[in-house]
Amino acid sequence: MARETEDPGMAKASKVKRQRKKKTKENKTRTVHANLLYDNAKGEENPNRHYANNKIKTTKYTVLSFLPKNLFEQFHRFANVYFVFIALLNFVPVVNAFQPELALAPVVFILSVTAIKDLWEDYRRHRSDKEINHMDCLVYSRAERSYVEKYWKEVRVGDFIRLRCNEILPADVLLLSSSDPDRLCHIETATLDGETNLKQRQVVRSFFDLDCDFDPIKYNSIIECEKPNNDLNRFRGYIIHRSGRRDALYKENLLLRGCTIRNTEEAVGIVIYAGHETKAMLNNNGPRYKRSKLERQMNVDVFWCVIILLVMCLFAAVGHGLWMFQYGDKRPVFDVLSPDGTDLSPIMSAIYLFLTMIIVFQVLIPISLFVSIEIVKICQVYFIHQDMELYDEETDSHLQCRALNITEDLGQMQYIFSDKTGTLTENKMVFRRCTVAGVEYSHDANARRLAMYQEMDSEEEECTSHGGTLPRRDSVTSHQTPWSVRLTFTHFSYSVLSADKPSSDLQEKDITPDPQLLDKVNECSSQMDFMRFHSQPMSQLPSDLADVIDFFIALTICNTVVVSSPNQPRQKVQLTSTKSIQSNHLQVNKGSSSSLITNRSSNKGCSSMLSSPSAESTLTKLDEEQPPRDLEHNFGPVLPCYDGKAWNLEEGELRYEAESPDEAALVYAARAYKCSLVGRLPDQVTMELPHLGKLNFELLHTLGFDSTRKRMSVVVRHPLTDQITVYTKGADSVIMDLIKPPDTGSSKGKRQKKIVNRTQNYLNLYAADGLRTLCIAKKIMSKEQYACWLQHHLEAETAIQGREELLFESALRLETNLQLLGATGIEDRLQDGVPETIASLRKAGLQIWVLTGDKQETAVNIAYACKLLDPEEEILTLNEACALFNFTTFEIYPSSSPSSSSSSHTPPFMVHRLGLVIDGRTLAYALDKSLEDKFLAVARSCRSVLCCRSTPLQKSMVVKLVRNKLKVMTLAIGDGANDVSMIQVADVGVGISGQEGMQAVMASDFALPRFRYLQKLLLVHGHWCYSRLANMILYFFYKNAMFVALIFWYQFYCGFSGSAMIDQWYLIFFNLMFSAFPQLITGTLDKDVSAETLQQLPQLYVNGQNSEEYKPYMFWMNMIDAFYQSLVCFFIPYFAYADSDVDLFTWGTPFTTLALFTILVHLGIETKTWTWMNWLSIAFSIALFFTVALCYNASCPTCYSPSNPYWTMQRLLQDPLFYLLCVITPVAALLPRYFYRACQGTLFPSPVQVGRQLDKLPAETCRNILSLSRVKVGSPLSPKPPFLSLAKPSPKGCNIKDQRSFPSSRASIV
Amino acid sequence: MATSYNAKEEDGHHSGASSHGAAGVVKSKKPDNTAFKQQRLPAWQPILTAGTVLPAFFVIGLIFIPIGIGLYVSSNNIKEFEIDYTGVDISNPCYSCAKNFSWNSTTPCVCSMNFTLEQPFESNVFMYYGLSNFYQNHRRYVKSRDDSQLNGDQSALKNPSKECEPYRTSDGLPIAPCGAIANSLFNDTLELYHIDSNNTRNTIPLVKKGIAWWTDKHVKFRNPGFIKLNKHLCTNKPVNWRKPVYELDPSDPDNNGFINEDFIVWMRTAALPTFRKLYRIIQKKSNTTPTLPSGKYVLEITYNYPVLSFDGRKRMILSTISWMGGKNPFLGIAYITVGSICFFLGVVLLIIHHKYDTRSNSADIPN
Repeated sequence: MARETEDPGMAKASKVKRQRKKKTKENKTRTVHANLLYDNAKGEENPNRHYANNKIKTTKYTVLSFLPKNLFEQFHRFANVYFVFIALLNFVPVVNAFQPELALAPVVFILSVTAIKDLWEDYRRHRSDKEINHMDCLVYSRAERSYVEKYWKEVRVGDFIRLRCNEILPADVLLLSSSDPDRLCHIETATLDGETNLKQRQVVRSFFDLDCDFDPIKYNSIIECEKPNNDLNRFRGYIIHRSGRRDALYKENLLLRGCTIRNTEEAVGIVIYAGHETKAMLNNNGPRYKRSKLERQMNVDVFWCVIILLVMCLFAAVGHGLWMFQYGDKRPVFDVLSPDGTDLSPIMSAIYLFLTMIIVFQVLIPISLFVSIEIVKICQVYFIHQDMELYDEETDSHLQCRALNITEDLGQMQYIFSDKTGTLTENKMVFRRCTVAGVEYSHDANARRLAMYQEMDSEEEECTSHGGTLPRRDSVTSHQTPWSVRLTFTHFSYSVLSADKPSSDLQEKDITPDPQLLDKVNECSSQMDFMRFHSQPMSQLPSDLADVIDFFIALTICNTVVVSSPNQPRQKVQLTSTKSIQSNHLQVNKGSSSSLITNRSSNKGCSSMLSSPSAESTLTKLDEEQPPRDLEHNFGPVLPCYDGKAWNLEEGELRYEAESPDEAALVYAARAYKCSLVGRLPDQVTMELPHLGKLNFELLHTLGFDSTRKRMSVVVRHPLTDQITVYTKGADSVIMDLIKPPDTGSSKGKRQKKIVNRTQNYLNLYAADGLRTLCIAKKIMSKEQYACWLQHHLEAETAIQGREELLFESALRLETNLQLLGATGIEDRLQDGVPETIASLRKAGLQIWVLTGDKQETAVNIAYACKLLDPEEEILTLNEACALFNFTTFEIYPSSSPSSSSSSHTPPFMVHRLGLVIDGRTLAYALDKSLEDKFLAVARSCRSVLCCRSTPLQKSMVVKLVRNKLKVMTLAIGDGANDVSMIQVADVGVGISGQEGMQAVMASDFALPRFRYLQKLLLVHGHWCYSRLANMILYFFYKNAMFVALIFWYQFYCGFSGSAMIDQWYLIFFNLMFSAFPQLITGTLDKDVSAETLQQLPQLYVNGQNSEEYKPYMFWMNMIDAFYQSLVCFFIPYFAYADSDVDLFTWGTPFTTLALFTILVHLGIETKTWTWMNWLSIAFSIALFFTVALCYNASCPTCYSPSNPYWTMQRLLQDPLFYLLCVITPVAALLPRYFYRACQGTLFPSPVQVGRQLDKLPAETCRNILSLSRVKVGSPLSPKPPFLSLAKPSPKGCNIKDQRSFPSSRASIV
Repeated sequence: MATSYNAKEEDGHHSGASSHGAAGVVKSKKPDNTAFKQQRLPAWQPILTAGTVLPAFFVIGLIFIPIGIGLYVSSNNIKEFEIDYTGVDISNPCYSCAKNFSWNSTTPCVCSMNFTLEQPFESNVFMYYGLSNFYQNHRRYVKSRDDSQLNGDQSALKNPSKECEPYRTSDGLPIAPCGAIANSLFNDTLELYHIDSNNTRNTIPLVKKGIAWWTDKHVKFRNPGFIKLNKHLCTNKPVNWRKPVYELDPSDPDNNGFINEDFIVWMRTAALPTFRKLYRIIQKKSNTTPTLPSGKYVLEITYNYPVLSFDGRKRMILSTISWMGGKNPFLGIAYITVGSICFFLGVVLLIIHHKYDTRSNSADIPN
């Protein structure tokens, strides 16, 4: 709770914050009363009156506050302050250079453009707010004693609202009643976290057993809960009933704003958080603001521009002082006294002139640069967004640019840090093999079938390219085994829209069972059936068979999968026939508990005071001696239902919605063995077994999966044995530690030990195959043990402080001394095109590090499969076993190569290429302050780095380390919540909008549907964005310098008096209007190399990595060119008009024209692709200038002092000299640049130019050359990564393993 | 290139169609496959190499050199004569005038200079006065005027713009025309005499109309309606002026007041510190005789305008003009020079092209 007051992330609306602060002083929790108890929702005595109401206002401004607030925000940008300062300087008569009003024009223009943009955005927000605020919902009204329609904005904390199916929640609501007989409510949270599976929410326990409809009038409890915070997965509090009893509240009781009610006809709840205090709103942060590398570099040069400006002003000021000084006391007639008639000393006038010159030369600091960059970036984002090749048909999603201003950083990446699961792989799990009780079932048929699918896929691809497709696909699937056929038509929830690619989905659901295992399952269940029939205890079952059946029970029920039927998506399977039996069953159970009966009877009559939460009743039930169960009674009623027709129809079409894909894969796998999950209720799981029919497992407890425990458990009462059984499923490393040490004495113990050993062997094998391994274990508890544990657990659950820790400890107590059942190997297929993408990214000079939480063997194999590691490479493995050696490794490596480790910029040539594999524990050492430099030195010498078993924190530490120490541009890509920290730390964070929710996407700058799109995003769009923007910025600097220098040269001929021959209108609007459009078009559309070539020659990416388009010296080269061009543009007209009767502004107008032509032609030389838009923009610029000039010069004979350009342009257009100047000056000015570019193109073409030449060649030749060049990798085009010199890769302990023997095992992963 | 585009487009259409078929009514977010959105607008992609660029250099050279020669020749055909009458040297007839003169002296000082034209001036001759080292482009000087007043605006007449300070009022009365430019009006009078074979001085008629821009004379500058009631104009003359504005040319009401052409020409401030301004036009009388035959001439100067204090110079220039204006060989030379450089660079590029630029032909990409 203390955390929440400090948390800055939540500071959404300042109003909310203030209010909250005020309240924090009062208390640390929020107390919610029902509004119905008080007359008026806003009444004085209503304790809820301080809480924010449900009206949302995401707008920044109001009509009144817009101007001051917007201006205030804009003046946070230093450049704007500078320009306003200059504009205001014009109002000082002594120093003014322009008409003050006119001088304000540019800055007003810039400010208003930004203001209009802000206003528009704000207006859109306002409209959407209004729309949301005026949505309807049902709120209970005290006056009318029923639910009435109200607007969302009228909902207040403490109101009761009734929600119907498919309605969107208006606020965070505590669920008090549901029409669902199980007191459940299903919600879809896609708008919050993007997860499409349904989530169950439960009615608060005290209201659980309410038989009739919930009556708000009778509600008189008080809810105490935590303050509003932005953690979607946490809600703590308790409800205090009138009786003084407290009941804990969990996140399962809370329905969040923005979610949609599904599968539930009606639900009633009380509003806990409203409006801006809802979790959804608190989570709603705007887009991120980052400054790109290019912009940082640009700012340095803006600073240089300021220096140049000051030097020029100083020069002019000194010049003016000297000029004044030479006349001494004799004031010439043209040296006008200051307005008050006093004589200025040369020094004073020099000082005044300095300020004047700042105004005159202000154009040097490009006022429109910042606006132009923003416009160009928006266009770039638009184009990236529109790219068809970055669009994924399967998910109907395209790339999202969430950060609008770092597009060009994409072209400068040097390091990529990638997650593995879900990023490189599909995160669509396919059950591949399993081991039960130490026996491996290889599922060969399954593997063969998968291989066949792959072939089919490739065939199909060919087919698709030729046209016909779909019918064939059906025919292929139809000759599968009966099992797979039947399951073919089920839909997996993750691929709702993926009808286009059925084959990849099929693999998940449709598993060919291993015949051996299937036999065992059948045998086992028939035996059990037999035993049940003869009322024999189940313990007589042979232990291997028992393990098999337990294994499948665990697969089926140890999860959180929700069952729904696909023909009515989002409709819960209504087990209509079972329902009555179930309640019957419950009744039986409850009937056995006398205390419960009394409880229930006291509840009759719908008193709102409720009790008997299920946990407590469970406890009481446990205390009671259960009457001997009549097995017939328990199962009898179920069987007819199993035989019932309706049931059979539905069975094949069940659809499982799982939180994680492995869960679904396991459930589907179990179903292939006819152990299918048919229903899940909060307190009961129903599964169907062959011969046995449906079994109802009473679900006593679920300990959900979390990444620290890396396991999940369910506690059930086994219907056959009536034992309390814990099924645990989790990562092998964790489970193996929790296995009960086998008692070596007994035969059973020996068997156990053998199972553990064998399973461990198989696990290693699976991992080597690149499969994800999970261990399944169980534990049987006595009732006393369970009761004891439950007691502790309940305490932990109700604790408000430190609940997480307590729960964790409680879980630990339960999940010990497990008995290993078996393990599964699940394959996570590589995404399409991953090896190719990695190969070409690497050719592009990118260092790719994979940071994964998976185990080493799996990670290494995936790394081989995706060509991250190469069989040719030496693998340097740093793992736990070698932890002791690490220190020595780090010591030895750098010291053995003194020449290169510290200064590895010029490494000697390396024969051996290295790959580094490091695991989490070792990484912890390596990231230590003292070792990180050495770690980096080793890592840099490796071609690829693989960090396995790393925690999210370690991931971000690695990224931070590389970013800060090596000063490189880093990109982090990931898809899950565990990648968020890494994504946030990196310069560019990319999220894969995939299977694991949206957290990664929310934190990212760019969100991609698939990993392979990274290639085009970086190699093509990154390159383009970078080169376009870099060239545009350089051009901007050039353009302004060149224009301003014209005036500077003139100062030599006007006594450094600050006079400008260029009319002030032209001076001010030159940048803003006349020359603004072509550069925007070029900055947006120019393509130096075509997309195809960029992708075929990834080496061209190095261009951006080395910042070759915009190096510091280029700024100066451009400046020098600008000064040269301005010299030409000044002196050609100067000599042409020397000693003539031309007047000041008639002479100045050609300068504007010449400068315009020159910079346009300059742009033309730098433009690589000329589309009609380029032509149009240039023509438009010229036309605009002449139109404006002609209109302006004809408009007013007496205005626009001092230039008063009446009829100037018109006269110039009649002057042949003007045209002659317009021809020769641009030619003379651009001759050197044109010549240089031509020579460069021939003598020392940059790789990019070579790429452009390739573009020009006919496609055929081009392909030939490319195939040739691919052979010669590592040529001048490709970068030479700084290798460490390793004199001899001598084996040092276990550090270096030659992993060349791996290819054989790799073949299976593709 | 084009072929690959087409193939892709087909592909895109195809898959788009199939996805529509499968997804049914669900509207796809698929981006449009238009050339613009996919950044595939047809484009001209010039590659700058020696080979591709060298024709441009030769073409520029070949065009510029003839133009340059033409310009140079036509500039050389212009006849120009220039005489400095500042009177810096003792030998100069105007030396004494220059020495003794200041803005405040009231008596005019007259001096005359003899000169000889070697060649006859055939067409219309323009007579300029030229000033050097006179910074008419000084920032504060340029601003120091009131265009509304010069346009005959009565309120500006009575209340001149602040820009005119400190030449806005004198003795409590507004100055008309106000400002430093008007105040420093060039007021030398130049007269030209031809000395014929009989040693008689023939006055050469100098036309003083048509020396200003037509728009200036008729649009920008206007007299207030009651300029003829000049005495009642409650304004003061500029400080340095000897006579008020309505006496600039009493002989011709169309050339008097603010629309006096000498005044208008002066008010058009020169761009550079060395400048000339059109003073008079000597019109060609007949087709047979030259406007100014070669021979001796006398320039009689009423020396009113002091320039020595700021080291200025005064000149009288006689010049004919051509289609491209006055005599200025620079542009011709510039064209010839730039043309030659282009040609030279073209040759250099040709050599480079032959020696190095073989790649694009033989497709041997350096890899």
